[in-house]
Amino acid sequence: MKKLQMKTILKFAENNAVPLLFLVIVAFGIPLSGFSMNYLVQEIIVRLSRNSFLVLALLIPIMAGMGLNFGMVLGAMGGQIGLIFITNWNIVGLPGIGLAMIISIPLSIILGWMTGKILNKAKGREMVTSFILAFFMNGVYQLVVLYGMGTVIPISNSSLILSRGYGIRNTVNLINIRQTLDRLIPLKIAGIQVPVATFIVIVIVCVFIVWFRKTKLGQDMRAIGQDMGVAEAAGINVEKTRIIAIVLSTILAGFGMILYLQNIGTLNTYNSHEQVGMFSIAALLVGGASVNKGKISNVFLGVILFHLMFVISPMAGKNLIGQAQLGEFFRVFVSYGIISIALVLYAYRKLRAKELSGSALANAQEEK
Amino acid sequence: MNVVRKIIEKTGWPRLIIGLFLLSLFILAPFVGVKISTSLKDTVVRFGMNGILVLAMVPMIHSGCGLNFGLPLGIIAGLLGGTMAMELGATGPISFFIAILIATPFAVLFGWGYGALLNRVKGGEMMIATYVGFSSVAFMCMMWLLLPYKNPTMVWGYGGTGLRTTISVEGYYLKALSNFLKIEIGGFTFPTGMILFVAFLCFLMWLFLRTKTGTAMTAIGSNPVYAKASGIKIDRIRTISVILSTWLGAVGILIYQQSFGFMQLYMGPFYMAFPAVAAILIGGASINKASILNVVIGAFLFQGILTMTPSVMNSIIQTDMSEVIRIIVSNGMIIYALTRVVKGARK
Repeated sequence: MKKLQMKTILKFAENNAVPLLFLVIVAFGIPLSGFSMNYLVQEIIVRLSRNSFLVLALLIPIMAGMGLNFGMVLGAMGGQIGLIFITNWNIVGLPGIGLAMIISIPLSIILGWMTGKILNKAKGREMVTSFILAFFMNGVYQLVVLYGMGTVIPISNSSLILSRGYGIRNTVNLINIRQTLDRLIPLKIAGIQVPVATFIVIVIVCVFIVWFRKTKLGQDMRAIGQDMGVAEAAGINVEKTRIIAIVLSTILAGFGMILYLQNIGTLNTYNSHEQVGMFSIAALLVGGASVNKGKISNVFLGVILFHLMFVISPMAGKNLIGQAQLGEFFRVFVSYGIISIALVLYAYRKLRAKELSGSALANAQEEK
Repeated sequence: MNVVRKIIEKTGWPRLIIGLFLLSLFILAPFVGVKISTSLKDTVVRFGMNGILVLAMVPMIHSGCGLNFGLPLGIIAGLLGGTMAMELGATGPISFFIAILIATPFAVLFGWGYGALLNRVKGGEMMIATYVGFSSVAFMCMMWLLLPYKNPTMVWGYGGTGLRTTISVEGYYLKALSNFLKIEIGGFTFPTGMILFVAFLCFLMWLFLRTKTGTAMTAIGSNPVYAKASGIKIDRIRTISVILSTWLGAVGILIYQQSFGFMQLYMGPFYMAFPAVAAILIGGASINKASILNVVIGAFLFQGILTMTPSVMNSIIQTDMSEVIRIIVSNGMIIYALTRVVKGARK
């Protein structure tokens, strides 16, 4: 009995190695950083409301077996273009957020469809392709925003335009929509602000994803995620379904980016989207998801743990070694390191499973 | 008509567009007042600086490990070699060779570990390579702060600890190769030594690919099942190829620095793999096939675009769009290569 218990504990530890490791880092880091509990709880609530939506956007492609969608950055670009337009037209408050979302939808559909098409040509290499695609589209985004806006695309608001007469400024002040959703339903518990409305939106997305999994389309995606060949044989249009998965993810990423930026309140025109992909993916993996498995609980656990680490590491580094910069480098290292570990574990398990099934087949043939 | 179509198919649209783009830049240049001769000379210098970093792609492509996005690992070995050579007080051109000497064990060690890792993740090499590169750069960011370097030209003046973000190699190996046998033509110095060194390493690689190990490497890249059946120790050969790539990365960055004049630490090596990857692909390589000719053509074309676009574009439309064009060209080329169906048994 005791042995069995030991085994289950070990198994649990093996399956949840990454979240447990993070728990240890955070447990050591919190006292070192010297932050008060109140401050940390407030930070976590802010970051949950800010980042969860973006991380949720990653779940659908994982379900369809397409791995971590580094192409979510494209959706973020669409969302940002929506925000630039509503700032240009001076649309205030919730209608502004809504309109930005509406503008982002067609952009996301086009970008997502394109991503899906490209990824269908690179089966088995989806992640690295979507990763490079994000870089590529960053160039196109710069072309449009830095050279196209104010010349081909009319921008009337001169506060948006660079002094040379065209191109959007490096930072766009989103004062019109800043935290309007967060403050829609004000709630304060023990001095801690809770953005209720944003959380309601996040819950709606969670419900959508749970519901979506049960639809015919969702089931098809899961079948494709299990085995593309079998799904094809079962009469599922694999290529089309994969494109739909990416389009949905891109749209959600666009919405997520708008929510993220309404919380922050300023848009770094040429940088905001770059980091979003990496941080969302790292957060999801920290929550215990892997390249082929992702649950909603992974999203929230991941955002909490990852961002706790993010908040405390500069101060912890400063108090430990006397250099805040060291802590900053540490968190960058951890973000990349965690993605590396998750990718290695996934590829290693996949290869081993392939070898095992190969040798099992050989054994079976020998026995005959 | 058929012949034209065949040629287009063989070169591939992106390569053709990039080639035509470069050609049109050269044609346009005299009309907008850009001297072709200067641009050509700049291209030659940049070709020499980046040539070996591009060459570093070859072994891993041959052994079927794909594009070496983990090049920063090799670059880090080179940076360790460079900084340590300076720390030891080696000065003058000889410090360049000392730097290579010190970098070598690091490159072998890193490459060996990196190769062992890639052998366990066959099929997912490229994504993992990218993140190995990224995380090692991030890790070294901490190390550059913590390692006990003392040389005052390298550490921050005020704190006395931690290396600077950019370190001048003046007085150490600045132009160690470039100035060797240099030829002065009308105010421009042709870096004979550097070009010769690059050519020499390319030649060595060409020779190596014709040895027994080299042939085995190529066999793995083009058909791993066949290679295994003919008794090639796949893992061993792959590890050798990774070590070779990493070492070339280390030497490549040292060559780059001796011409550029500065050593870039911290986030400096972060994105350095991408131009090299793009260059070899533009030169005609695919993700499991590459030749030395691809390296030379690719490095030349890519660096040509990088030198020509800012000057020509600037003269035409008075804005510097070169950064955007660089991003689109290099990443577009990589995507194109990744979406090609690979012929052979690689799955």
